[in-house]
Amino acid sequence: MKTVIIKYNAGNIQSVLYALERIGVSALVTDALEEIQTADKVIFPGVGEASSAMQYLKERNLDTLIKNLKQPVLGICLGMQLMCTHSTENNTNCLGIFEEQVKHFETPDPTIKIPQIGWNTIRALKTPLFKGIAENSFTYFVHGYYAAKGQHTIATTNYIQEYSSGLQKDNFYGVQFHPEKSALVGEQIIQNFLSL
Amino acid sequence: MLTKRIIPCLDIKDGRTVKGVNFEQLRDAGDPLELAAFYASEGADELVFLDITATVEKRKTLTELVNKIAHKINIPFTVGGGIQSEEDVRILLQNGADKISINTAAFQNPDIINRVAKNFGSQCVVLAIDTKLEADGNWYVYLKGGREKTNTLTMDWARQAVDLGVGEILLTSMNHDGTKQGFALDITAALSSCLPVPIIASGGGGNEAHFYDVFTKGKADAALAASIFHYKEVTIPHLKKYLNEKGIAVRI
Repeated sequence: MKTVIIKYNAGNIQSVLYALERIGVSALVTDALEEIQTADKVIFPGVGEASSAMQYLKERNLDTLIKNLKQPVLGICLGMQLMCTHSTENNTNCLGIFEEQVKHFETPDPTIKIPQIGWNTIRALKTPLFKGIAENSFTYFVHGYYAAKGQHTIATTNYIQEYSSGLQKDNFYGVQFHPEKSALVGEQIIQNFLSL
Repeated sequence: MLTKRIIPCLDIKDGRTVKGVNFEQLRDAGDPLELAAFYASEGADELVFLDITATVEKRKTLTELVNKIAHKINIPFTVGGGIQSEEDVRILLQNGADKISINTAAFQNPDIINRVAKNFGSQCVVLAIDTKLEADGNWYVYLKGGREKTNTLTMDWARQAVDLGVGEILLTSMNHDGTKQGFALDITAALSSCLPVPIIASGGGGNEAHFYDVFTKGKADAALAASIFHYKEVTIPHLKKYLNEKGIAVRI
C-alpha cells in the first residue's frame, strides 16, 4: 500500500509521518502531483493559517488535484478546514469538498480561551473511521477556527458550541483533532483510515 | 468538554534525565525516552522537556533526543531551555517538537516571538516566565533561570507577549517552586483571567489538593510538576481520579 502525506507550508507533517511509523507504516511526504495521484491513501495534514496555505496549494495545482482524488483522503486540523467551502480566516475560499463553513470561535465570556488547546471528547461518531472508538473518547485539539455542524458531520465536539470534529463525503474524511498526537485513540483512528 | 491538563516536566542534561528518579519498573530512569513513554502510558496529557545544559556544543545532543522522542511519544510535547534564535526553534520543530518554550531570549528580544509565531504559528510558542513576588507586593519577571531580576511586572510582560503572538504561558513562581506548599494561586488567576491564552501553572505542587486549588482558585488551564511525579509522591492516574471525583474535567 502506498501512503502519501501531502507536503505543503504547514506544520505537523513530521508528527504525522512519525505516527505512521509507530504503527509500522512508511509514508512518502511529497508535493509531486503524480505521487499523490497514484497513492492508495492520502493524508492532508496542517497547522497554520488558511489563506497562505490555500495560496501555496494553488500555486502548485494541488488544489485541483486534491478535490479530484478518488482514493481515501484524510484531512487533519487545517487540512480538514481547507477541505471545506470557505473559512473566515482571512476570508479564504477553500477546496469546497465539504459545504460546512469554517468560522472563528466567538464568545462574550472572557474566561474561555481561544484557541482551544488540549484534550476534548468526540461523540456522535459515524463511519468506519471511528470503528472501535468509544463515544466520548478524548482527542487532542489545537484550533481557533471550527467547522460548523452540517450534513457531512461524522463526529462532534463541544467548545463554546457543538461543532464538527469529523467530516466525511464520499472518499474524503477530515478530523479537526490531531490523531497523530491523540495517544492510542488517535493511533486507532489512523489505523482505521488506512484500512478503508 | 475541554479538560485540564497534567504535565510532567523532565529536566534534561547532556541527553539524560536529571533529578534522580525512582522507578523500579524502568530499566533506566535516566533515559528520557523511557520515562516519557512511562508518563504517556500513565495518562500525562503533555510532556515538557527542559534542557538545562543548553550550551551550544550540547544542542546537537538535544536535537537528536527530540527526534527520538517525536518518534516514540504519541502525545504532544514541548521543548525548552537555551533557545536563542528562530533557527533554534526551526531545528527543534523540524525534529518533531510540537511546541517550544522560550524565556530569557524572548524577553531580551521580543521580536523573536513575533517571527516564530508568524512562521510556525502561535500554537507552538510557549512563553516561559519565571516570576517572583517581591516585598513591594508586586510580581516581577526574572531571567536566566531566576538569577537575574528585571523591573518588569509579570502582568505587563505577559500582555505584551500575547500581543506578539505567544500561544500559551508557562508561569513558574520562584516563591513556590520546590516548596511543595501549593501553586501561586493569585498571580496564576490574575494572568488567566486577563489573558486569552492558556496558562500552565508551575512551581509548588506538592499534593493532589494543590492541583485542585490551581484549577479552581488559580483558574489554570494546565499544571506542571516534576519531582513529585518522579518520586511518585503523586501519581498521574491517582491524581486524575481525585480531580475527576472533585468535579474537575480531566482526561481519564
